Amino acid sequence: MLPRLMAGSGIWPGPARGPLDEAIQTMSSPSEELLQALLALNRVQAGELLMAARSQGSPLDVIETLVRPALEEIGRLWEEGDCALSQIYMSGRICEELVEELLGEARDIDFATPGEAGAATRAPRLAIAVLEDYHLLGKQIVRTVLRAAGHAVKDYGRQDVDGLVECVREDGIEILLVSTLMLPAALRVRVLVDRLREVSPHTRVVVGGAPYRFDEELWREVGADAVGSSAGEVLDILARLTGESA
Amino acid sequence: MTPSSGSSGTMTSMQRTLTSLGHQEPDRVPLLLLPVLQGARELGLSIEDYFAKPEQVAEGQLRLREKIGHDCLYTFYYAAIETEAWGGTAIFREDGPPNAGAPVIRRFEDIKHLTPPRVEDSPSLLKVLETTRRLAEQARGEVPIIGVVMSPFSLPVIQLGFEPYLVLMHEHPELFEHLMRLNEEFCVAWANAQVAAGANAICYFDPISSSTIVPRERFLATGFEIARRTLARFEAPAAMHFASGRIAPIVDDLPATGAALLGVSWQDDLSALKGACRGKVSLLGNLNGIAMRHWTPEQAEAEVKAAIAAAGPGGGFLLGDNHGEIPWQVPDAVLMAIAEAVERWGRYPLDWCRVE
Repeated sequence: MLPRLMAGSGIWPGPARGPLDEAIQTMSSPSEELLQALLALNRVQAGELLMAARSQGSPLDVIETLVRPALEEIGRLWEEGDCALSQIYMSGRICEELVEELLGEARDIDFATPGEAGAATRAPRLAIAVLEDYHLLGKQIVRTVLRAAGHAVKDYGRQDVDGLVECVREDGIEILLVSTLMLPAALRVRVLVDRLREVSPHTRVVVGGAPYRFDEELWREVGADAVGSSAGEVLDILARLTGESA
Repeated sequence: MTPSSGSSGTMTSMQRTLTSLGHQEPDRVPLLLLPVLQGARELGLSIEDYFAKPEQVAEGQLRLREKIGHDCLYTFYYAAIETEAWGGTAIFREDGPPNAGAPVIRRFEDIKHLTPPRVEDSPSLLKVLETTRRLAEQARGEVPIIGVVMSPFSLPVIQLGFEPYLVLMHEHPELFEHLMRLNEEFCVAWANAQVAAGANAICYFDPISSSTIVPRERFLATGFEIARRTLARFEAPAAMHFASGRIAPIVDDLPATGAALLGVSWQDDLSALKGACRGKVSLLGNLNGIAMRHWTPEQAEAEVKAAIAAAGPGGGFLLGDNHGEIPWQVPDAVLMAIAEAVERWGRYPLDWCRVE
């Protein structure tokens, strides 16, 4: 079980302002309140909002109409420089924990569960990994967003190319999300993609991490199928790759 | 080595840099390019072998400066070297800087029993000091020698791992504060040992303080106070470097840390930062090292011109990359094109800026 967060830990204690304020103004009321609660790391308020929504809809409805928009908005704010990585990570932890409570699920969702409440209705076999790098935070944030949105995802942790190719092949992964921080690791995705084309040609590779934000063409250079510049984008990318509407 | 080699101006690199840091216009914009791993290539060594001997790193820095003509010598090895001092390891690779190995703090409770390492007990840190001494002998006070420390606020990313550190910061304030005090003692001792060995300035790497990583309110309650306490005890000027992190939301707060120079990101508006910092604190940056891999000479020239136009007038600006280390994959030809562009477009007075 994830450790509980202190309510109202004061990371964003003041009134909304600037781009944040504008973002909040344009959101519907429950999402607006959830966004504020998450940015302030107020777990209690976030939990109350989710429970209130749950009384009027299914868990999947709550995720789709409340959690997902808030997480996507936080990702968008970060991409535009209007919120910080620590807020994304800590708010993601809150969401993941609350969604687990909401769904009454065990911590480790596995492929055995697709179709159950909260799992994606057309669930692609997803996996996520860090390639040849020791910085795991980015992977964890994306994994948290996926789980908070009800997706089942295999977490391979840190892998080298050989290990990752083998995992993907064995598990029949359809969409592989690869997180990197350092440039050499980002460049190694080229080798990974070439190997996957040989043993698992249907696997789509989605990359993310700082090098891809600093060089907008890098994801094409390494042969990836898509790139995410923030964790919030991953849900749209998945919808696109699986042919669903966002 | 000729200390003023690579520059055709009337000032030495030290004079040029100090003039700009004093918010005056020197003969040209100082070029504080920070190649590190490239020294291994110059000596025909693997990255791991290169860092094994301090005389090799000194030789690498001297050869790079001879070749490129930039205005500093840089004693940085790799970030994980500080965790080696704390009992951790560095994991080398052939095409980039080494990563830190397993965290040295495995449980939050361990922080209570932690003792900062002594610089003189760390073979890795002693190598850096020997490199610094050798460079100081060669530079003879005419080329700035820049030493490096990880900030007490950012070091825990490699002491604990990023996720546990965020949890510590947000949920265990007493242990967080205790770790900061330990790290501050180590940081000050390590910085001042480098100054004693001949470093003229200390680059204080603090990416966690950037607005990319924490919001302003948390920075003011943590990284800001830590920087202010720590930099005040350095026996040399400090550059606060955010390793590509954005600082626009906190730029007005930064002069009060005591930093003389800020390393800034290409993702920030350099012109706006200059407006906020003019006469208060100088700027270093903000070329995109990742994009640099594919730059043509023309692109290098355009990027240099744009940066100089944004922040060069009036001094208080030193051109460099935005991360504090040039990636291994950047061709030497690009670095030399940058140096040529600075020579061409960085000569004061920057009349062309006013015309264009």
